[in-house]
Amino acid sequence: MSTNNEIDFSSFDWNSMPDEKGHFGPYGGCFAAETLMEAIETLRDAYKSLKDNPDFQAEYDGDLTHYVGRPSPLYHAQRWSKELGGAQIYLKREDLNHTGAHKVNNTIGQALLAKHMGKSRIIAETGAGQHGVATATIAARLGMECIVYMGAVDIARQAPNVYRMKLLGAEVRPVTSGSKTLKDALNEAMRDWVTHVDNTFYCIGTVAGPHPYPAMVRDFQAIIGREAREQIQQQTNSLPDALIACVGGGSNAIGLFHEFLKDTTVTMYGVEAAGHGLETGEHAAPLCTAKAGVLHGNRMYLMADKDGQVIEPHSISAGLDYPGVGPEHSWLKDIGRVNYVAVTDDEAMQAFHALTRIEGIIPALESSHALAYAIKLAPTLSTDQRIIVNLSGRGDKDINTIAALEGITL
Amino acid sequence: MSRLSTCFEHLKTANKTALIPYITAGDSNPAITVPLMHRMVEAGADIIELGIPFSDPMADGPTIQLACERALVHHTSLRDVIEMTRQFRKTDQKTPIVFMGYLNPVEAMGYQAFAQQASQAGVDGLLTVDMPPEESEDLVSALKLCAIDPIFLLSPTTQIERIKKITKAGQGFLYYVSLKGVTGSNVLDVDDVATHVDRIRAESSLPIGVGFGIKNAASAQAVSRVADAVIVGSAIVKIIENNADDADTIMNKIAQLLGEMRIAMDHS
Repeated sequence: MSTNNEIDFSSFDWNSMPDEKGHFGPYGGCFAAETLMEAIETLRDAYKSLKDNPDFQAEYDGDLTHYVGRPSPLYHAQRWSKELGGAQIYLKREDLNHTGAHKVNNTIGQALLAKHMGKSRIIAETGAGQHGVATATIAARLGMECIVYMGAVDIARQAPNVYRMKLLGAEVRPVTSGSKTLKDALNEAMRDWVTHVDNTFYCIGTVAGPHPYPAMVRDFQAIIGREAREQIQQQTNSLPDALIACVGGGSNAIGLFHEFLKDTTVTMYGVEAAGHGLETGEHAAPLCTAKAGVLHGNRMYLMADKDGQVIEPHSISAGLDYPGVGPEHSWLKDIGRVNYVAVTDDEAMQAFHALTRIEGIIPALESSHALAYAIKLAPTLSTDQRIIVNLSGRGDKDINTIAALEGITL
Repeated sequence: MSRLSTCFEHLKTANKTALIPYITAGDSNPAITVPLMHRMVEAGADIIELGIPFSDPMADGPTIQLACERALVHHTSLRDVIEMTRQFRKTDQKTPIVFMGYLNPVEAMGYQAFAQQASQAGVDGLLTVDMPPEESEDLVSALKLCAIDPIFLLSPTTQIERIKKITKAGQGFLYYVSLKGVTGSNVLDVDDVATHVDRIRAESSLPIGVGFGIKNAASAQAVSRVADAVIVGSAIVKIIENNADDADTIMNKIAQLLGEMRIAMDHS
C-alpha cells in the first residue's frame, strides 16, 4: 500500500480509511499479543454491528445533547483576534462539555458499546486525567466498576483530576514503571485487559491502539468537526481558512479535522508539544522528529532510539506527554493533507495567560499548544480570514502546575 | 533440516519432551548471558529462548519488565543479542536459539537486515509477541529467506479459525500460552492445557510448546505429559532478580532448577 501516490483530496472518500484490517496506508493495523486477539475481534465485530444501528446512534446522540450539553459553542474571540492583528479566531468550545474536555464524546460512545457487550468493568489509561475523569463519569452513570491507570508523575501534577475520579467512584491505580506517564499507564491498562478479558472493556482515550480503536475513537470525536463546519458557515457564510488543534495521541485534532478533510481550501495544523525545544530532544513531537515504529497495538510515528527502545517524552502538559501519535495523523502527514508543527512549553504558557486575560477563558495546557500556534499563524493572515482553534479542554485542572511554575503554593 | 526440527526429531525418538528456559539477554548484565546459556544446556535445556530487551513489554508482568529494565541499564540492543548468539555458537552448534521479544526493535533494525545477521549468527527462530500472523507477511518472508522459523503464540481464547491461521503461518514449533493474563501470574490447570493442546494438535503436526505458569519440577513434569516442549520463563528470571549482583549464585540456582525439571520430565 502506498501513501505517496497523489490523492485527490476533494474527491477522496475519507471515510474509506482505515481498510478492513485497520490500516491507514502503512500505519495502524492490529499489533497485539495473541492473548488479546479474541477480545479485540469481539470488540471489532460489536462496533461494526452497532455503529450504523439507528437505535445505538440515537442513544449516543441523545446523551451528547442532554448529558454532555452539545452542541458546544463556536465562539468568535474578537478581542484576542484584534490584539493579534490578523485572522479572526474562532474557538470550538469543547472546554464547555460536561467534565471539561472533548474526551467525554468518546467515553460515552465506548461505554454504551461496553453496555451492549454486557461488560461489567471498564478500565482506562489517562495522562492529564481528563480521559480518566470522563471514563469515571460515564462508569458512575452506568453503574460499572471503573479502574483508571495513571502514571505516578501525572498523579502528582494532576491532583485535582485524581480526586475527581475518586469522588466518582473510580479506583486510580498509580503506575510506577518506565517514565511513570501516559505510555506506561497504557502498558498497565493493556496488562489488566489481558488478565480480565472476560468481563472488562478497555476504554482507550485517544485515536491510537489496535484496530478498531483509532477508527472508533475518531468516529466518536468527529462530532466536533461536524458541528464546527455547520457553525462557521452559519456565522460567516463560508468555510474557515485554517484549523488548529493540539496533538498528543490526536483525538481532539482528528475530531475537528475529519469533516473538513475534503475541503481543500481549509489548511490544517496539528500542534505537537516541543517541550523544552525540538533541538533539546526533550519534547513529545514524534510527527515533527521521528519515524515509524510499533507500540501499543499499532504502527505510527514513534519516538524511539536507534535500537527501537521507546524514548521517554517530555511536555509540560500531561495530555501531550506521549511518544507516539495516532496512525491516521501519521498517514495524513505523509500524504500532505495536514501540517504538523510544534510549540514549546514556554509558548504554550504564554498562550495560556493570553487567552485567560484577554478572553476570560482558562484553557487546558494541552489546548494552549494550539492557541500558541494561533498566535504565530493569525498575524500572517488577513483580517477577513478565519481560523478555528479547537479549545479541547478547560484549564482548571492545570492551575496547580501553573502556580508551582510561578512559585506559588495554593 | 533446521536446528529446531532436528532437535524435536531427536527428542521424539528418545521419547522426551523439550525443556526451554527463557532469559532476557543482558539480564542482570550482558557478561553473564553467554556463560549462562551454556550452563543451562549443561543442566538439561534443549532449546534456549533469548529475550530481546524492550522498553515497553506490554504483554509481560513485572518480572520480565524488571528484567528488561536491568538489561537496558546496559543498553543491551538487538544487535548485542545477535552478537551473544554468535559467541554462543563458537562452542555450541547444536542447541537451537529462539529470540523472543517485541516488534519495534526488529522494525528499527529492518526485517531483512535482522534476518540476515541473525541467521549468520546462528539464530533459529523469532517470536514477536505483538505481531499476530495478520500483520506478519513481510517479516515472515524475510525470515523464511534466511531459514529462521517464525514462531507464533496461541492462547486459551484463540478460536478455531485463528488456530488454523496461526498453525499455517508458524514454523519450528507452536507456543501455547497456558494462562490468560501476563507472564508470571496465576496458577496452572494441566487438564485445561491438555484440552487446548489437543485442539491445536488436530490442526497441525508442528511440535507444541507450553509456557506461562511453569514454576518447578512438578509443574514441568505435569506439562511434559501433554506437550512437546516445556517453556520456563518467570521462575528463572526471578532467580536473576533475587541474585542480580551474584553471577555464581544465578548460575547455580538456575542450573539446579533446570536439573530438577529435567529429571522430573524424563521420569514422567
